[in-house]
Amino acid sequence: MKRLKTLLITWEALLVVLLVVSIVIGSMLSPYFLSGFNFYALTSNIMEIAIMALPMTLIIIAGEIDLSVASILGLASVVLGLLWQSGHPMWFAIAAALLVGLAAGYLNGLLVTKLALPSLVITIGSLALYRGLAYVVLGDQAVSNFPTSFTNLGFGTIGGTEIPWSGLIFAILAIIFVVVLHFSRSGRQLYAIGNNKEAARFSGINVNRMKLLLFILSGGIAALAGVIFTARFSSARPDNALGFELEVVTVVLLGGVDIFGGRGSLLGVVLAIFILAILQNVLGLLNISGDIQSLGIGLLLILSVLGPNIARRIQVVITRRRLVAGSSKQV
Amino acid sequence: MKKLFQALGPCFLVCVLLLLAACGGGGTTSNGGSTPTATSSSGGNLNVVFLPKQINNPYFDTAASGGQEAAKALSGQFKQVGPSSANAAAQVPFITTLTEQHVGAIVISGDDPNAVAPSLKQAMQQGVKVVSYDADVAPDARNVFVNQANSEQIGRSEVDLLAQQINSTGQIAILSAASTAANQNTWIGFMKDELAAKYPNMQLVKIAYGNDDDQTSFNDTLALLQQYPNLKGIISPTTVGIAAAARAIESVHKGGQVALTGLGTPNQLRQYVKDGTIKGFELWNPANLGYLAYYVAALLVEGKIKGNAGETFTAGKLGSYTIGANNVVLLGPPTVFNASNIDQFNF
Amino acid sequence: MTTTGQEVEPAKQRNQVRQARLPGIVSRVRELGLLAVLLLIILIVGIQAPRFLSLDNFTQILLSVAIIAIVAVGETLVILARNVDLSVGSMVGVTAFVTAYFFKELPHINLLLGILLGCALGLLLGIINGLIVSYGRVPSIVATLGTLYVFRGLVFVIASHTTSQVNASDVPADYLALATTQILGIPALILIAAVIAIIVGYFLHASKSGRQLYAVGSNPAAADMIGIRRDWLVFWAFAASGLLCGLAGVLWGARFATVDATNATGLELQVIAAVVVGGVNIFGGSGTIFGAVLGAIVLGTLQNALNILNISQFWLQAIYGAAIIGAVVLDAFITRWLRRTILSRRKNT
Repeated sequence: MKRLKTLLITWEALLVVLLVVSIVIGSMLSPYFLSGFNFYALTSNIMEIAIMALPMTLIIIAGEIDLSVASILGLASVVLGLLWQSGHPMWFAIAAALLVGLAAGYLNGLLVTKLALPSLVITIGSLALYRGLAYVVLGDQAVSNFPTSFTNLGFGTIGGTEIPWSGLIFAILAIIFVVVLHFSRSGRQLYAIGNNKEAARFSGINVNRMKLLLFILSGGIAALAGVIFTARFSSARPDNALGFELEVVTVVLLGGVDIFGGRGSLLGVVLAIFILAILQNVLGLLNISGDIQSLGIGLLLILSVLGPNIARRIQVVITRRRLVAGSSKQV
Repeated sequence: MKKLFQALGPCFLVCVLLLLAACGGGGTTSNGGSTPTATSSSGGNLNVVFLPKQINNPYFDTAASGGQEAAKALSGQFKQVGPSSANAAAQVPFITTLTEQHVGAIVISGDDPNAVAPSLKQAMQQGVKVVSYDADVAPDARNVFVNQANSEQIGRSEVDLLAQQINSTGQIAILSAASTAANQNTWIGFMKDELAAKYPNMQLVKIAYGNDDDQTSFNDTLALLQQYPNLKGIISPTTVGIAAAARAIESVHKGGQVALTGLGTPNQLRQYVKDGTIKGFELWNPANLGYLAYYVAALLVEGKIKGNAGETFTAGKLGSYTIGANNVVLLGPPTVFNASNIDQFNF
Repeated sequence: MTTTGQEVEPAKQRNQVRQARLPGIVSRVRELGLLAVLLLIILIVGIQAPRFLSLDNFTQILLSVAIIAIVAVGETLVILARNVDLSVGSMVGVTAFVTAYFFKELPHINLLLGILLGCALGLLLGIINGLIVSYGRVPSIVATLGTLYVFRGLVFVIASHTTSQVNASDVPADYLALATTQILGIPALILIAAVIAIIVGYFLHASKSGRQLYAVGSNPAAADMIGIRRDWLVFWAFAASGLLCGLAGVLWGARFATVDATNATGLELQVIAAVVVGGVNIFGGSGTIFGAVLGAIVLGTLQNALNILNISQFWLQAIYGAAIIGAVVLDAFITRWLRRTILSRRKNT
C-alpha cells in the first residue's frame, strides 16, 4: 500500500516535469507559443473541460463515473439559446439552463443511488437521453445572435490582461473543490467511499446522499460549462461539445486518479488539464488537425493507466528477485 | 505535509499561470501588431489559408486546387485547413490558430455566419485579412465576400430545373446541408419564392438537413422516401447531399421515379446522369471560385484594394471584376450539366 | 436425526440449482418480453399506417439493422465477460476506409481477398484491445475509450496521406454489389448477419469456451479459482469483437459507398443500446446473442416507425438513451423479483 502511495506522489511529480517539458518544447517549436494571446487561446479553449473535470474527479474518487456531462452541457446550452431567442432576459435563460443541469444530475444520481444501478451504463444511457432531448428542443436549428455582453463571458478577457473570464471562474471553483476534497471531512469520506463502499456505510457515512449530491453537482457544473461554451462560440446548438466527456475523463485519469476510486488528487488533475491544453495548442500551431490530435489524447489515456501498471509489475519482479537473492544468500 | 502540498499545489500553479498571463498581456503588442498596415506592408506575407466548411469534401478540394493555381501565379503560399465535420464550433479553433500564426489572410466558408464572427473579428484586429467564399459570414466579420453566383438565380433555377422534370406537379422535398449555412438558407428562401410564384401544383413537403455528411444525407433521403411515398422530386443544393441522395434512390430502385436535381460535381454524378437517376443539375466551377477568392485575398493583403464597394480589380485569367454592394464579388452564372455535356468536365 | 439431514440436503441442492438457473430464466423472460414489445410496436404502428406492414418495409428494417447486428454480436461476447468495447465505431470506421481505399487502388483484386483484408485488419485492432485489457490490466472502459480515440485518429492520418474520400465510382461494382445482391430473394447483407449470429450463438451455447465465458462474466474470481483461463478468454472476446467489426466495416463500405474518415462515428452507442435492450446484463454473465440481435431489430423497427409516423428523427437519440436506462432498470427489477420469489420458495420447501 505504501509503495503505491509513493507511486502516486511520483506521478504528480512526473506531471510537473511533463508540464515544464511541454512548455519548453512548445516555445522551441513555435515562435508564437510564448505570447499572451496564445496563453489566452489555449486557456480559454480548455476551460469548459477543466470546469467539468473538477466534479468528475470527486465522482471517480467516490467510485462512480458520469459520462453524461457533455450531453448536459449541450442540453443546457440549447435551453439557454431557446429561452433567449424567445425573448426572455439573459439572466432568466442562464438560471433556467443551470436548473436543467441540476435536474439532469439529480436524475442520474437517483438512478445510481436509489435503484443501485451501475453508473457506467446509466450515464451512457443518459448521455444519449440528454443529447437526444437537446436535439428535440432545438432540432437542426442553432441560436447564434447573442449580445456581446454575453459572449464576453466566454470570449473576453479581464481588464488589460489576457486572462479569460472563464479562467477566473475556473480558478474560484478549483479553490473551492480543493478545500472540500483535501481539507474537509466530506472529502475524506469520499475517499473512504471509493476505497470500500460497505465499510464506509458501516462507519456511518451516508453513502447514497453523498453520491446523489455529487451527481447533482456534476450536472450543475456541466450546465455552467454549457453557458460558458455558448458564450464563447456565440452559438447554442444541440451538438455543442459532442464527445467532450471523453476528454474530461482523460484529463482526470491522466491526473493520477484511479478509475476504481479511492485514490487521486486535484493537483494532478489541474496539472493534467494544462498539459493537455498545451499539447493541443502546440499540435495546433504545428498544423496538426484536431482529429489527429485525438490520437495523442487516446494514447495518453491508455498510457496513464498502463504506465503505472507496468511500473508496478516491474517493481514486483524486482522485489521478488531481491527476496530470492536475499534468501539464497542466507542459505 | 503531503496534503498541504496537494492542496496548495493547484493554487500555486494557478497563480503562476495568472502571473504569466498578466506579464504576457503586456507583451502582445510587440508580437502581433495592432495596426493593419504593419502586417500588410510586409508584402512578403502572401500567406493565404483556406478554411472551408469541412475538409474531405470534393467540392472544396476542387476550390482549393483553384486557390493553389492562383498562389502559383502570384508566388504566394497556399494551405487548406478545416474541421472534419461541418460545424462552426469546430472552425473556431482553426481561426484562432491561424490568427496566432499571423497569416496574411483567411479565406473562409462559414458553417454558421454568427458563430465564427467573434474569432474572425479578433483575427481582423490582429491584422489578418478575412475573405469569405461560398457561404458568407457576418458582414462586419469579413473584408469581402466572394459569391459563386447570384443567389437568387441559383434558387430559382433549381426549382425550374426540377419542375421541368416532374411536369410542374407533385410533392417535392429539399435535402439541404447545415441548417445554419447562410448560402443554403438564402437559396432555399428564393426556392420557396419561386414555388409560390410560378408552381402552384408543386408542394414543398419537407426540408431535411444532411449537414454535408454522407451518411446523414443518405439516411435522410431514405427517410424522405419512406415518409412520403408520393414524393416526386428532391432538390439537393449541396454536392455531398445530391451524391448521397442519388445512391439512396438507387438503393431502393426508385431511380427515374423520383426526380433528383441540385448542385453537384460532374465526376461524382456522372454515372447517375448516364443511368437516368439525375436528368440535370447545376454548378459553377469551384476551381474558379477558389482562384478568385485567392486573388481577392492576395490583393487585400498587398493593400492593392480595400474591399469596398465600387473598387475594380483584375483577377488573373478570370478577367476584371467590380466589388458590389455589401462588399460582395460575384463569380458568374451557374452551368447546367446533363447527359449531353457532362463528359466535357473533369472535376 | 438422519432423516432431517437427508431432507435438508436435496432441498438445499434444489435451491442451488434454481439459483444457478437464475440467469437463464432472466434471459428467457427478457427475450420473451422483448418479442412481445416488438409485436406490440408492429401492431400499433401497423394500424396507424398499413404501409409499415409491407414485406418491402420489413426488408428495409432488417437491412438497416444488419451491420449493427454483426457488431452487436461481437460486443455481446465482450460484455458477457464483464467488459465493454467502446471502440467498435472506430474499428468499423478504420476497416471501412482501408477496405474501400484498397479496392480503389487495386480495382482488379479478388473480391474475397479484399474482404479478408478488412477482417484481418479488424482482428488486429481487436487483438490490440485484448492485449491492453487482459495483459496490460487496463480496465476495459479506459482502454477502449483510449482506442476509440487512437483508431479514429489513425483513420484521419491514413486519410490525410491517401485520399480524403472514396466514392462509389472509385470502387469495383462487385464490391458494391455485396450490399445489394439477393440470394433467394433475401438480401445478402441480412443473410450474412443471420449466419454469423447463428454460428456465434451456437458456439456460445454449446461449447466449453462459451460456457466458460459466461462463468468469467458472472464471477471472475471464482472462475479464476476453478482454473478457467480468464485472461485468454477475455483476450479472445476482444479479438472476436474486432474481427466482426472488420467484417462490418467491409460491408459498411459496400453499403454506403462514399467513405471518408468520419464513418461510423458514434456507432458504439447504437450497438450498446441494442445489446443492453436485448437483455445482456452489463455486469456480465447473462444474456444471449439472440437477445442482442433482437434488441437491434427492436431499435431498428422503432426508428422505422418514427419515420412512417412522421415523428421527427430527433427523438431517436433520446429514445436510445431512454431504452438503455429502461432496459437496465427493468433488468434490475426482474432479477430482484425472481431472486425474491425463488428464495421465498425455499422457505416454503
